[in-house]
Amino acid sequence: MTPDIEKLAKIASQVRRDIVRMVHACQSGHPGGSLGCADYLVALYFNTLKHNTKFNMDGHGEDLFFLSNGHISPVFYSVLARSGYFEASELATFRKINTRLQGHPTTHENLPGVRIASGSLGQGMSVAIGAAVAKKLNKDSRLVFSLHGDGELQEGQIWEAAMYASHNKVDNLISTIDVNGQQIDGPTDKILSLGNLRTKWEAFGWEVLEMSGNDMADVVRVLDLAISKTSKGKPIMILMQTMMGNGVDFMMHTHKWHGTAPNDEQLATALGQLEETLGDY
Amino acid sequence: MPDSRSGNVFYMKKYTYTEKKDTRSGFGAGLLEAGKKNDQVVALCADLIGSLKMDAFIKEFPERFFQIGIAEANMMGIAAGLTIGGKIPFTGTFANFSTGRVYDQIRQSIAYSDKNVKICASHAGLTLGEDGATHQILEDIGMMKMLPGMVVINPCDYNQTKAATMAIADYHGPVYLRFGRPTVPVFTDPDQKFEIGKAWMVNEGTDVSIFATGHMVWKAIEAGELLAEAGINVEIINIHTIKPLDEEAVLKSVAKTGCVVTAEEHNRIGGLGDSIAQLLARNNPVPQEYVAVNDSFGESGTPDQLMKKYGLDTEDIIKAVNKVIKRK
Repeated sequence: MTPDIEKLAKIASQVRRDIVRMVHACQSGHPGGSLGCADYLVALYFNTLKHNTKFNMDGHGEDLFFLSNGHISPVFYSVLARSGYFEASELATFRKINTRLQGHPTTHENLPGVRIASGSLGQGMSVAIGAAVAKKLNKDSRLVFSLHGDGELQEGQIWEAAMYASHNKVDNLISTIDVNGQQIDGPTDKILSLGNLRTKWEAFGWEVLEMSGNDMADVVRVLDLAISKTSKGKPIMILMQTMMGNGVDFMMHTHKWHGTAPNDEQLATALGQLEETLGDY
Repeated sequence: MPDSRSGNVFYMKKYTYTEKKDTRSGFGAGLLEAGKKNDQVVALCADLIGSLKMDAFIKEFPERFFQIGIAEANMMGIAAGLTIGGKIPFTGTFANFSTGRVYDQIRQSIAYSDKNVKICASHAGLTLGEDGATHQILEDIGMMKMLPGMVVINPCDYNQTKAATMAIADYHGPVYLRFGRPTVPVFTDPDQKFEIGKAWMVNEGTDVSIFATGHMVWKAIEAGELLAEAGINVEIINIHTIKPLDEEAVLKSVAKTGCVVTAEEHNRIGGLGDSIAQLLARNNPVPQEYVAVNDSFGESGTPDQLMKKYGLDTEDIIKAVNKVIKRK
């Protein structure tokens, strides 16, 4: 079945509206990376993953996704809600007292769709490997996906995990790095350069693919390609080029919107650039 | 066994031992049994298989064992992930590398995420010996008990460690299991049923309550026998589970004796003694003396030399008992 790229792009537009509205409503949170990863997460949850929105922690027989860079929780929550894990109206509670939608994702409040807490960076790849290995033990042929920030690669644990996955042929794992070149204090090249990510991951024994992360057709194509590369003895890494703030012109080409909320006027401008396709929550 | 007065002499309930074994071997034996009983039990190790006595499990269940390499942070994350497929992972490395080195990984990926991981930690405390302070962690109980939802267990001998290892496989939730390197007397029942959070009455007495954990339980027994000869009737309670603390057992004992000595191979700050003190402060404040390391790091030496130098010997318990009774 050919995926309907236009339909996915429309969902992504609504998800972007959700993101800026959520962050505006509580005047905190991380819109930049969330907007940049909207296309990837929409493609994953609305096309790629074989998953069950009636949430079960163990996820037997399902594809699993782990968000390691937990600060882009707005896009994660929006996609979970819009794909049916919980009511979209709950997005209005983001970061507010007594919410299940904590600043960073957690299992602690029993929010359907979340399988691990994340936010302290560098931990999600190890967790994804554990879940992938459990699937192999359980003779479960479904896959495990994970998403990481590029700044997150500065954490050492990522490279412990990278070594483990290739040495142990964890070939049911598809990890993605959001290569937006930005981190809190500035461009990654200026803060602590990541070097040549393709050769680094190849040297660590991974199958490396590249993807244009804000081109829905390319996202769908590369995710399919990645799936075709599984079960061949190597973990798979997708280097996903994105634009932080994608979809909102004044949030792009800067790291300023990593963790800043728009004011009323900026919200109106942003929403003017994003089509309402599924109805605002 | 006589426990009545004979002149001015009290008799302790008699504990003997015929052999000495290391508690880490109790862990190894318990892990094998847990693995036989439940095929969801899996084990992970960070390049210390021999030290953790995991060989028997690996031989029996090679496909359920994961050699992680020298990468403890990754080990904790993989363990957390394995639970998502329903596995019951037991991680194995030294206590230092099981806690301080990976505290944030345990905090976020295991404790806060409510994952059913059993963090099994050998070579805890001074009795690791010659390797010195880099490896002799004395802060681990404190760190781990501060994590919400974490169970903290420090058994006293081979048999109790084996029983505890099997018991935690049946318990759902994160657990820190602490044990040690040296051989110590085996004096508890080989067929005991280990109940998490249930203190064990070692000896009933009336003059002072000694709450001891880990290797210090046998030293408390030695101290109790010498004190009995001097006419002091000690109550000894083995607190193998530091969290959740058996508050009922502690308060009941203290109501009878009116004073407390705590004994642990750990820093005075943040360990068993502080858990007991906090409970008593809220309910029944009585004099308490700590037998613990006095807020310092360890050093190289034999286990016996170190226990003596850092105030964790039988003599130190006796001194603490004499002192606390005078404060009543």
